[in-house]
Amino acid sequence: MLALKARIQFNPYKYVIFAGVLVLASFAHSPASAEDLDQKGYDVAARNDRSDRGFNNSRVELEMVLKNASGAESRRVLEQSTLELPDESVGDKNLIVFFSPADIEGTALLSYAKILDPDDQWLYLPALKRVKRISSKNKSGPFVGSEFAFEDITGQELEKYEYTWLREEACGELTCDVVERRPLYRDSGYTRQIGWVDQTDYQTRKLEYYDRKGSLLKTQLFEDYKLYDDKYWRAQVWRMENHQTGKSTDLFFKEYKFDIDLSDKDFVTGVLSRQR
Amino acid sequence: MNKLQECISLLIILARALAISLLFKLSDVSAQSFDLSGQVALELRGFPDKSLLPGQVEGAQFSSFLEPEYRWRSSDRNSLLKFTPFVRVDTVDDKRTHFDIREANWLKIAGDWEFLVGATRIFWGVTESRHLVNIINQIDAVEDIDEEAFLGQPMAKISRQTDIGRFELFLMTGFRERTFAGPDGRLRTPLPVKTGDAVYENSAKEWHPDFALRYSHFFGDFDIGLHVFRGINREPSLVLSSDAQNFIPHYSVITQAGIDLQFTRDAWLWKLEGIVREGQGDAFAATVAGLEYTFFQVAESDIDLGLIVEGLYDGRDKLNFADIQSKQIFPTIYDKDIFLGARLALNDVQDSSILAGFVTDIVDGPATLRVEAERRLGQHMKIELIGQAFFEDNPINPVSFFRQDSFVTLRVSRFF
Repeated sequence: MLALKARIQFNPYKYVIFAGVLVLASFAHSPASAEDLDQKGYDVAARNDRSDRGFNNSRVELEMVLKNASGAESRRVLEQSTLELPDESVGDKNLIVFFSPADIEGTALLSYAKILDPDDQWLYLPALKRVKRISSKNKSGPFVGSEFAFEDITGQELEKYEYTWLREEACGELTCDVVERRPLYRDSGYTRQIGWVDQTDYQTRKLEYYDRKGSLLKTQLFEDYKLYDDKYWRAQVWRMENHQTGKSTDLFFKEYKFDIDLSDKDFVTGVLSRQR
Repeated sequence: MNKLQECISLLIILARALAISLLFKLSDVSAQSFDLSGQVALELRGFPDKSLLPGQVEGAQFSSFLEPEYRWRSSDRNSLLKFTPFVRVDTVDDKRTHFDIREANWLKIAGDWEFLVGATRIFWGVTESRHLVNIINQIDAVEDIDEEAFLGQPMAKISRQTDIGRFELFLMTGFRERTFAGPDGRLRTPLPVKTGDAVYENSAKEWHPDFALRYSHFFGDFDIGLHVFRGINREPSLVLSSDAQNFIPHYSVITQAGIDLQFTRDAWLWKLEGIVREGQGDAFAATVAGLEYTFFQVAESDIDLGLIVEGLYDGRDKLNFADIQSKQIFPTIYDKDIFLGARLALNDVQDSSILAGFVTDIVDGPATLRVEAERRLGQHMKIELIGQAFFEDNPINPVSFFRQDSFVTLRVSRFF
């Protein structure tokens, strides 16, 4: 639906752009206008986003390995459940439950992602069995002490960004579209991100994050892609490296389960206390 | 330190031994699972001031607790069993040495319905300084005076999730008496409370059928909870014994209605809890209302600083210390108080945090300051440092019982 909406929105401009391009072309060798590059960037991102959609709901257990600059490791095991909402103008619902470290076992984070508005988030603290609605303004803060910010985990909705296609280049054995995206939502820690999306399976292979000053902050690699149900690609390893601190966080995903009969009723505050 | 380590290992082995016949941990998340986890802790509580009352412990109080949790979950995750015993051993205070079953229940999920039978703990509420609406469980008051440890309450609970919110019905019996420090303990009333001899103002005594109904939901930035409760008051009145050597806890049947409300916008949390209660003396109302603002990533670091202000009101008659001999007292200290708090979260790998809270009576000025700091050590240990100081010259407020009991607690826990 939204893909249609987006095109309809762009339509009136296309004539103007077209006219502009014609005028410009008569003066200079302009291969494509800025608007065209933005549209192309959006299309690449949309193709990437939609290649993963339609799974309804999923659940995966993962291990998070945090390394500091001197190589000391710390580990967390968590489970992430996702409820996909068919309407792209509404974000997904997400439930993260911690299995370790043992002192935070059972801690759960429930979020309803929004597109441009702040997400709704609730935190469950098992020691007191307390559910707390928390502020989600803290998008750029570290997620459980890791190099992933909250927005890196929950912020992967198509319409949260504006896009510009930069170039095409080889990425390993594949060819990638290199697309810049700039957050449209408030309180982001980034001015822009540059993503490498391959032209074969339309999956993100690499993502660079630029901080508020415009300097390269982090690089995320997506590795070991696996195809589930002949439809959904999922990277089994995410590697996030912080160039400014020398710290890194790797995520190792176990087997994804798709369409396992989760519904809205499994993503409410009332279920948080029964996750462990 | 070696002894300490040995002690910890021994306790863990003990907990494991209990489970060994049943324990088979499966890594596959979707399969039936049986798990054991838990906490064992060593605690040292130090009192720098000389005690107010004769017989109370001087200097240091050493204590330890074990809280294992055994869990079973069916492969479809719709049936869960939980057993969480708790035992504390205190070297000084016999009343603080105690055993409880925090959780022993069976939970069955059937679509939008949820059924629970057994003992469990429930938490309601949003404010930080006082948990006013949280009425289902009895406070395990010997644990700490922060009213955040609770005894398991036997119940049958039925919940239903609907599109307009969650409805929960609690049917309870087997009332739990509040725990109080013994004569040797600090942080107690001037005369010890004689637990076990409680007086019930109903014929069924602790087997009185209590019930509660709760509705909770969120509407945009608002989270709301409403409840009604009819049953034995969790908060006793204390009555002087005939020999004037003890306080006897009296438990009456009350009816209470309450609300908890939070508005979350940007970095602001606006909070309100309120109750009206009938059956314990004159009907009265009490509220806690306040706000919390968080400065995220202070000075471009990962540190978050939250500031909290809450106002407390309790409509019950102010206790006059001189009346203790002639009148029953309620152990409430919040009549017209203000709470100022700060929460510092380092957001580091060890989840280090510091929480400071200051409560003062705005009428006559007794005050208390509490600071809690914690940090994970490695993957399985945690160290906590808790300090609380009481400032009181004019002993007309119940908190003045504690005026010589400023303390520092060091707790080292091993999680398994």
